Amino acid sequence: MGGPLLTMIVQRIALGVLLLFAVSLLIFAGTEILPGDVAQAILGQTATPEAIANIREQLGLDRPAPMRYLEWLGGAVQGDFGVSYSNRQEIATQIAGRLGNTLFLAAAAAAIAVPLAIILGILSVRYRNTFFDRIISIVTLTTISLPEFFSGYILMFVFAVSLQWFPSSATVYDSMTLLERLWAIALPVMTLVLVVVGHMMRMTRAAILNVLSSPYVETAELKGLSQSRIIWRHALPNAVAPIINVVALNLAYLVVGVVVIEVIFVYPGMGQYMVDHVSKRDVPVVQACGLIFASVYIILNTIADVASVLANPRLRHPR
Amino acid sequence: MSDYTRYLSRQVTRGRMSRREFLGRSAALGITAATANSIFSTAVRAQAPQKGGALKMGLVGGESTNSLDPATFLTQVPQNFGNCWGEQLVLQSPEDGSAQPQLAESWEPSEDATEWRFKIRKGVTFHDGKEMTPEDVAQTIRRHSDEKTQSAAAGVLTDIDDISVDGDYVVFRMARGNADLPLLLTDYHLIIQPNGGYDAPDAGIGTGPYRVEVNEPGVRHVATKYDGYWRDDVGHVDSVEVIVMNDNTARMSALQSGQVHIINRVEPRTVELLARAAGVAIENVPSKGHYIFPMFCNTAPFDNHDLRMALKLAIDRQAMVDQVFQGYASLGNDFPINESYALFSDDIEQRAYDPDQAKFHYEKSGHSGPIVLRTSDVAFPGAVDASVLFQQQAAAAGITLDIQREPGDGYWTEVWNKQPFCASYWGGRPTQDSMYSTAYYSDAEWNDTRFFNEEFDSILLEARAELDDTKRKDMYRDMAMMVRDDGGLILPVFNDFIDARREEVQGWVSDPNHETSNLKAAVRVWLDQS
Repeated sequence: MGGPLLTMIVQRIALGVLLLFAVSLLIFAGTEILPGDVAQAILGQTATPEAIANIREQLGLDRPAPMRYLEWLGGAVQGDFGVSYSNRQEIATQIAGRLGNTLFLAAAAAAIAVPLAIILGILSVRYRNTFFDRIISIVTLTTISLPEFFSGYILMFVFAVSLQWFPSSATVYDSMTLLERLWAIALPVMTLVLVVVGHMMRMTRAAILNVLSSPYVETAELKGLSQSRIIWRHALPNAVAPIINVVALNLAYLVVGVVVIEVIFVYPGMGQYMVDHVSKRDVPVVQACGLIFASVYIILNTIADVASVLANPRLRHPR
Repeated sequence: MSDYTRYLSRQVTRGRMSRREFLGRSAALGITAATANSIFSTAVRAQAPQKGGALKMGLVGGESTNSLDPATFLTQVPQNFGNCWGEQLVLQSPEDGSAQPQLAESWEPSEDATEWRFKIRKGVTFHDGKEMTPEDVAQTIRRHSDEKTQSAAAGVLTDIDDISVDGDYVVFRMARGNADLPLLLTDYHLIIQPNGGYDAPDAGIGTGPYRVEVNEPGVRHVATKYDGYWRDDVGHVDSVEVIVMNDNTARMSALQSGQVHIINRVEPRTVELLARAAGVAIENVPSKGHYIFPMFCNTAPFDNHDLRMALKLAIDRQAMVDQVFQGYASLGNDFPINESYALFSDDIEQRAYDPDQAKFHYEKSGHSGPIVLRTSDVAFPGAVDASVLFQQQAAAAGITLDIQREPGDGYWTEVWNKQPFCASYWGGRPTQDSMYSTAYYSDAEWNDTRFFNEEFDSILLEARAELDDTKRKDMYRDMAMMVRDDGGLILPVFNDFIDARREEVQGWVSDPNHETSNLKAAVRVWLDQS
């Protein structure tokens, strides 16, 4: 590893941090201009004006916004997101559990979807334009095109209501064993796999096919190498960069984009947590969730950038 | 009893038939409602409660923002779970809406209803083993009503001036006479807590049949039977688990697959589908809650009596019930009270759809041009459909309504009670007095029809202190007529509470006061383990 490579990595990370600050400003500004009043949302239709005034004063909502932004950012940098407006609990401790759940669901789905997608991609290249390739194409195109809640409901209807093989709701809690947890999240994992596998599989297929049209592959063919060996040894390494990118994109989706899945399968993850607090006008929590989601996105993309550079000698030595 | 009636009774005993269905089928046989009702009750009582089992409820209305502090209860999950671990002084009867003793053994008003003495039950213990005292009771009500309170129940307790303890009694001194105090104390927020909850408001320690075991807001709550519980006619199952399921389909699937025993808020649109599923029974009961189109009586063009009357006559309530709510609702009559309230007068003529009369009043009002009606999905389930239907019905009377869809976000702060004509809802209140005081009294914060009527106000205050029920009933009838004929309220329907249960859940009490059997289904039902 040489100097230019290290500089590039440092540059990417610095860019990521800068981007995060910009995002934090956007999040704060966005939550500031939300309509509605937190005190009213907490107390609901039956609140008295006195009770509302008491709550507003206690939350310090009367102070200027820039001051609250700086205080919030200072805390967030140290991992302190403050206290939730609505239930007065530490946000950091609450989020820890929720984030853990979201990552668990994402990891379980990724552990199945990523290898499956890549293997299917490679197989469909190996047997391209055969019946097998077409079937995979049709099936994956279908699962991409269906909205996620629809696939979720169908799986729920078939496997939970009709066959009763898996639970319809994926409530997980601390005292569950790992096996019980995996059992509980079977249906959301299946749904997520259906949603992401098609995208990754098709990108893998396209990337490898792209490489296969290069002259050096023709040389390999003329040498008399088998199709499988050409794909594995010669084509795949050169197709890794785009595959890494699409995998990172889908991993990010699995963490930040699964709000709908969490809601329909009653899974206690970050998405549901954030939705609850948006409707309660619980701004500190929404800000914290937004910041975490943004971080996940930026970190995964930075990793993908760096990894694809490492995987590609041409990018490693820029002219 | 005929064989068929016996068959029907057996279905009831097995939990396969609701009261409504039983009455309907019996009526087809020519049996009067009263007789059928008593047969139904006998059939229900024939089942002896069974003890034990783990009850699971999948409910909408839980968020990760929920707290166990009763002062903050707003949605169904904390409300239902609160009734597992806590109890109020007074209970509202499911049959006639009257006040029944719970933690208070008995009560006595002074002659002008300005002082109430509540005798507090002895030998009741909190889950931490300490005995509940009158001091705890007084402190609880103080916490919900003092000037620093953030309690959502503060609104119903405004008349209380002073609370003191006198031996076994708690004495309430009222700023003015209030004959309804016992019913106001049935409010689900008013769970009696040790030292009133001043020390640890969200500790979840009460006197209820179940003690809190797991509290994961927005996910699930678990409570197990408390050995020292003071009565044995409620609290039959060993443990109660309330699982938060905010998605309608998730709730229905969980019930159908047997993952949970009880769900709430079945949508009228899908209730018939769910009713067909094996092992599932629907529990629906007419409620005090109602869906409305309030008009500001002091804002043009609604400040014109004829225009208001034209709009009231231009809405087809029966069509609303049938088409928007699939029959799971009952007719409204433009005043916010129905037979679920105590002291209801059932002789008030039902207002019907009359495009001709509506046209007559509309022309008399001299108004022309479209009238803007603001609506949103959050106003009530089916609000947008109902508004569009209203638009078509009004068109037949020559009235043009402009439907303006508003975003759900901020609807309650920017549209309702701010714009002169919109869609909205009210949940029930324990008494007629609290319903009228909340929304129809001139000074009320939420006078969402801007109804200012001095005569109405004075009857309201007079009725509040009146201990003679006959006189009170007449006063409430007069008030109903004023709101109905002069006010700005268009009330097409009272909504039903629609819950559903597995057939093994027995002993369901049909209770119009609140959903899921007045939020007490968990402590009232038992599980048939045969």
